[in-house]
Parts: sequence; structure tokens; C-alpha cells
Amino acid sequence: MNRKNKLLGNIGNFILFMGPSLFAFACVLIIPFLYGIYLTFTDYSPIRITYEFVGFSNFRAVFTDKEFWQQFLKTLGYVLYSTIFCNLLAFILAYLLTSNIRGRNFLRAGFFTPNLIGGIVLGYIWKFIFANVVTKLGETLDYQPLKTSFLTHPDRAIVAMIIVTVWQYAGYLMIIYIAGFVGIPREVQEASEIDGATGLKKLFSVTIPLMVPSFIICFFIMISRGFMTYDLNLALTNGQPYGSTRLAAMHIYQKAFQANEYGIGQAEAIIFFITVAIAAVTQVLLTKKFEVEA
Amino acid sequence: MKERTGVLKFFKYVLIYLLLIVFLMPFYLMVINSFKTTQEFVSNPFSLPDAKKIGFNNFISAFEKMNFLKAIGNSTVITVISIFLILLTSSMAAYFLVRHKWKINKIIFAILVASMIVPFQAIMIPLVSIYGKLNLMNSKWILMFMYMGFGQAFAIFIFHGFIKNIPLEMEESGLIDGCSKVQSFFQIVFPLLRPVLVTVLILDVLWIWNDYLLPSLVLLSPAERTLPLSTYSFFNTYSVDYAPLMAGIVLTIIPVVIVYLFSQKQIIHGVVQGAIK
Repeated sequence: MNRKNKLLGNIGNFILFMGPSLFAFACVLIIPFLYGIYLTFTDYSPIRITYEFVGFSNFRAVFTDKEFWQQFLKTLGYVLYSTIFCNLLAFILAYLLTSNIRGRNFLRAGFFTPNLIGGIVLGYIWKFIFANVVTKLGETLDYQPLKTSFLTHPDRAIVAMIIVTVWQYAGYLMIIYIAGFVGIPREVQEASEIDGATGLKKLFSVTIPLMVPSFIICFFIMISRGFMTYDLNLALTNGQPYGSTRLAAMHIYQKAFQANEYGIGQAEAIIFFITVAIAAVTQVLLTKKFEVEA
Repeated sequence: MKERTGVLKFFKYVLIYLLLIVFLMPFYLMVINSFKTTQEFVSNPFSLPDAKKIGFNNFISAFEKMNFLKAIGNSTVITVISIFLILLTSSMAAYFLVRHKWKINKIIFAILVASMIVPFQAIMIPLVSIYGKLNLMNSKWILMFMYMGFGQAFAIFIFHGFIKNIPLEMEESGLIDGCSKVQSFFQIVFPLLRPVLVTVLILDVLWIWNDYLLPSLVLLSPAERTLPLSTYSFFNTYSVDYAPLMAGIVLTIIPVVIVYLFSQKQIIHGVVQGAIK
């Protein structure tokens, strides 16, 4: 009897403590995720009344869709360049900010500011910058490449996306790198200096190897956020000119909610999900190899 | 030697402050141009607004057309209630997961952690399809429920890591006194969570306040629009007249900047804690 009561009590507590959390989690994540897999095998569309089971034909359609793969490649390039340049800039900023500089808190707060603001607003700000301010600068300096807007040229519009992304996240990654720099034990730093490692030598042979955990986090953040970029894409370029900046996330959105092809859109989304997962996990495993103990 | 480090130091200062100016230039340009007319902006975006003609016309026009008060009200209600729900339910769940090392709990925790890598785009289509069929769209209550669901994994993960390090002895005295599990959680454990509650709170505010995609799918009627949605529709409807648009940008940024000025340290600390956990 006592055991039975305890079991009932446990179940009661489980429902009380876990119930609301699990219910919401299941309703918005687990169920849609599973239903999404089901959707990929149907030709479901909200504008038709009936739908049929179509096997793998959605995936076949995606794999033969040239436009999707072009934009997919573009997305890979965008993520790659954004990740490299953003981490580089963030690391330099963190390095400068942790080297005995005055006004550190002020500088840190300043560089972090873009992260407080959503992608929609940031995108519109930069739309003005590229369309009106940069072109004006080009005229004033009489420098031809800047005279026409970055946003009207297919190859340069994606560069504009990368510039804004780097600007947006550099301050965020910077504060993670600062935490990494500060976290290096003082004894290790002093010992390396006694051994004659100073300046750049110390940076490359002592500091960077000890900061591998920070690199893992920062690469991870940039890779996952880069793939998911939508707001900024929508506000800054809206995929233009000629669809040259339509990144994968936007492509999926338009396939589903403008072309009303839920089945194909979801098949793309699943391929997208697998890509993000592989990219993120590979990065962690690769970077972990460089990890050393202090 | 000393002279050389002095020169080096000087260059370091010049470099970092130049970078800062470049970084903040877009915001500066938005502010000065929001006081000008569209022609003045187009002819010279760098000039300061003419002191004689300075006015708040752009702001008044943006304020009205964006339905600013309504939008900021919607954003506030949605952010506050969603985060309250996330913090309450996820901290309770994390507590239960730590204190009961059942097999099912381990599985649940593993699923929660794994779910964090799923991009929203992989959920979005079935989400719209299911909730659309059930006729549950276009309600801010459903949106809050969704945020509650999407916020669980990360919050539980953070709370789980923290509660693990709270010694069980702290609760035992309470349990001997006949406290129920609920009482011992709210009276003993919950107050100790303060620092991590702040971390999760800050990250969730930044996420929900600025989120565009999910509310754009759920909230369909103009009266329900949050700030990012109303900014988007404002820009799409009045795309020719730049000056009020820039005033609109400045308006949406002001509340965030005010909060930032007062809690800059906590925000940055919270973001670091959330990232390195």
C-alpha cells in the first residue's frame, strides 16, 4: 500500500512539475517535427481540399531543383564567409579590449549594441546605408565602385549581407572571446612570459590553443545563426536582385507560404535541418581536436 | 623601448576607437537623418539637421502610421507573459529532472538538448499547418504558448546545470519539517536560482522582443502586430518617403537603448553566461 502511494505521489509530482513544460514542448516541437516528416511524403497544399501520399517524389523534386541548390550553395558561402570574418573581427576586438585599455566597459557596450536590435530593423538601417549613404560617399570621393548601390548588383548584394551579418554578431562573439581571454589562468600567462613568449608568439602558442572552447562556441553560434538568417535577408535585400540573395531559409518560406507547396517546402526544410546539424557537429568535432589542457 | 610601446599604445587606441565609430555610424546616421526631410537626406546624408527647420514631424508621422503604442503594448504583453511562463515551467521541470534520476527523465533531458539544434525552419511549415487546421491562429495567447514551448529546451538546460550544484541537504531540513515537494521547490530552491533566472530572462527578452518570423506566421490581423511586424508593414506601405521611415527606426530602437543604458552590465553578463554554459 505504502509503495503504491509513493508511486502515485511520484506520478502526481511528475505531472505537476513536468506536465506544463512537456505539454508545451511536445505541442510546438515534437508533434510538428514528426508531422513534418509525414508531410514530406504527401502533396499537401493549403489551397487544395484533398491530398495524396506521394512517396519520395517531393525529395526527388527537391534534388532536381536547380534553383534550390544554387541558393543552397549561396547559403553555404554566406555562412562560411560570415563565420570566418565575424570570428576574426571579434577575436581582434576581444584581444584589443583585454589588453590594458581605458574605457573598456564603454567600448564593450558599444560594440555589443547591434545585438540588441532585431534583424528587421538592422536590415532597414543598412538598406539606407547601402542605397543612399555609400553611394553618396562614392560620388563625393569620385570612387566608381561605390557609386552604384551594393544592393542592385547580384554579386555584391550577397557581400552586403555578409558585411551586415559580421557587423551584427561581431560584438556578441567579442564578449564570448573576452570571457575566454579572461579565463586563461594567470600562472600560465606568467609562466609563458618567463619562458620568453611575448606578443604575437604568446598569442599563437599559448593563448589561442587555450581558447579552443571559445572558438567552438563562437563557430557554433555563427554557423547555426547564419543558416537560419531570415529577418535580415527579408529587410535588407528580400532576395533581390534577381533572386541572387535568396538564402535557403527564405527559399523554404516562399516555397511553403507563397507557392503553397507544403510537401516540397518541408522536404527542403528537412534537408536544410540535416545540413545544419552536420555542419554544426562536424565543426565541434574538428575544433575539439585542437583542445589542450592548461 | 618605452617610446616604442607608447607609440604602439597610441595606435591601439586610434584603431579601436576608429572601429567603434565605424560600428556606431549607422545609428548616428539614422538619428541625424530622422530630423530632416527626405530631400535633405537624399542630397546629403552626412549633414546635421538644419537647426531652423528641426522638427518632430517625421516622428509624429511614424508614430501614427506604425500604430506605435499598440505595437509596443502587444510586444510588451507577449514578451512578459511568455517569459513568465518559460521561467516558471522550465525551472520546475529542470528541478524535477535533477532530483529524480529516472530513466525516463534522462531520455526526456536528452531529447530536450537534442532539440536545440533543430532550426525553426524545420518546424515552421507543420506548425502553421497544424495550428491553422485547428483554427488556433491569429491569437497572441497561442503565440505565447508557442514561445513557452520553444523556450523550454534552452531554459531547462541552463537551470539543470545550475540546480545540479545545489546540495540536497539544503532541502532536507525542509522535507523533514513536512514541506511538500512544491513548497520545498518554491521556498528553498527557486530563490537560489536568481542569477540564472536573470540570464535566461535576458536572453529570452532579446529573442522574443526582436522575433519576426514566428509572430508573422501567427498574428495575422493588424491590431495584434508586435513592434517588428509593424516596422515591417510600415516600411512596405510607405517605402518612398524615407525620412519618416528613419524616424520609425529610431522610435523602435529608443526603448531598447534606454533599457540597455541601465542594465548594460547584467545584459552582457547574461549573454556570456548563456553562451558558455
